Amino acid sequence: MSSRAKPGRGGSARPGGAGSEGTGAAVALRIRPARRGDLDRVTAIDATVTGLEKAAYWRSIYRRYGAGAQPERAFLVAELDGRVAGFVIGEIRDWEFGSPPCGWVFAIDVEPGARLGGIGTRLLESIGERFRAAGVTKLRTMLARDNTLILSFFRSQGMMAGPFIPLEMDVEQARHG
Amino acid sequence: MRLQKNTSLALYSVLESASQPQRHISAAEIAARLGASPHHLAKVLAELARAGILESARGVGGGYRFAGNARRLTLLDIVQMFEDVGPHPDAVAATPIERAIATILSEIDEHALATFASITLATMLRLIERQRTVKAQPASPRAIKPL
Repeated sequence: MSSRAKPGRGGSARPGGAGSEGTGAAVALRIRPARRGDLDRVTAIDATVTGLEKAAYWRSIYRRYGAGAQPERAFLVAELDGRVAGFVIGEIRDWEFGSPPCGWVFAIDVEPGARLGGIGTRLLESIGERFRAAGVTKLRTMLARDNTLILSFFRSQGMMAGPFIPLEMDVEQARHG
Repeated sequence: MRLQKNTSLALYSVLESASQPQRHISAAEIAARLGASPHHLAKVLAELARAGILESARGVGGGYRFAGNARRLTLLDIVQMFEDVGPHPDAVAATPIERAIATILSEIDEHALATFASITLATMLRLIERQRTVKAQPASPRAIKPL
């Protein structure tokens, strides 16, 4: 699954599916910061969900959010039995839209075969812990309202509608002459 | 937003039964708790049973028991059994004013539908559990009418 959380940010995948309410199978699950060597798997998971392979985009995301990035940015992967099975990306943004600093999750994705095992939940918990450690107490995301699957995932994690309403409009072409 | 009475009865009945999935709850017990007409409620419960969301058992200890999948069933699945959730009827309105009003009403409807569609019964049961631990707040005047 994945979701875009900020207008004009990045180029994350279209959402696919969540893994929120897991069966708790006895497998080794580890959440850790992404490494450059994870990008092939991240790209592949995203491509599975979206049908688009965007290797350059994910390299760019890694440069901005991966190892060595500022502490307010997070790019975490879920390693299931030694294999990357999901990822989450987000950052703390200050005073945007008049909001006190809060953590935005703008992409979260779990490979389809590993869903319903609680990986999405662990990823969200982990990025939430990082944001909390950095001093913010609010986690936000934004996604298409017809993306029922991922909406359901975030709802299952306790997310509710926030105090903001997204608005948009078409920008008319400039008139010449 | 206000729901039809049948919708509210259905939501309450399903959530009540889903919170105690092993137990058969009698229609009379639910009706008494809601202050609803047992006859009226019986029709709602029968509809839910026809849809496979509840199952009924006759005799002593009988009643209705939750038969759905709480992790798959959404509020919209229940709501749309009792409400017309299709496009707003004014969407084909003739005048610009009617169409402008219909546009806004449709926007509201779409948000409401997305909300109902995104909330499973399992999520609702967790929300209900959390509500047990918070002090009761006065209902917003725009909130769903309490049963």
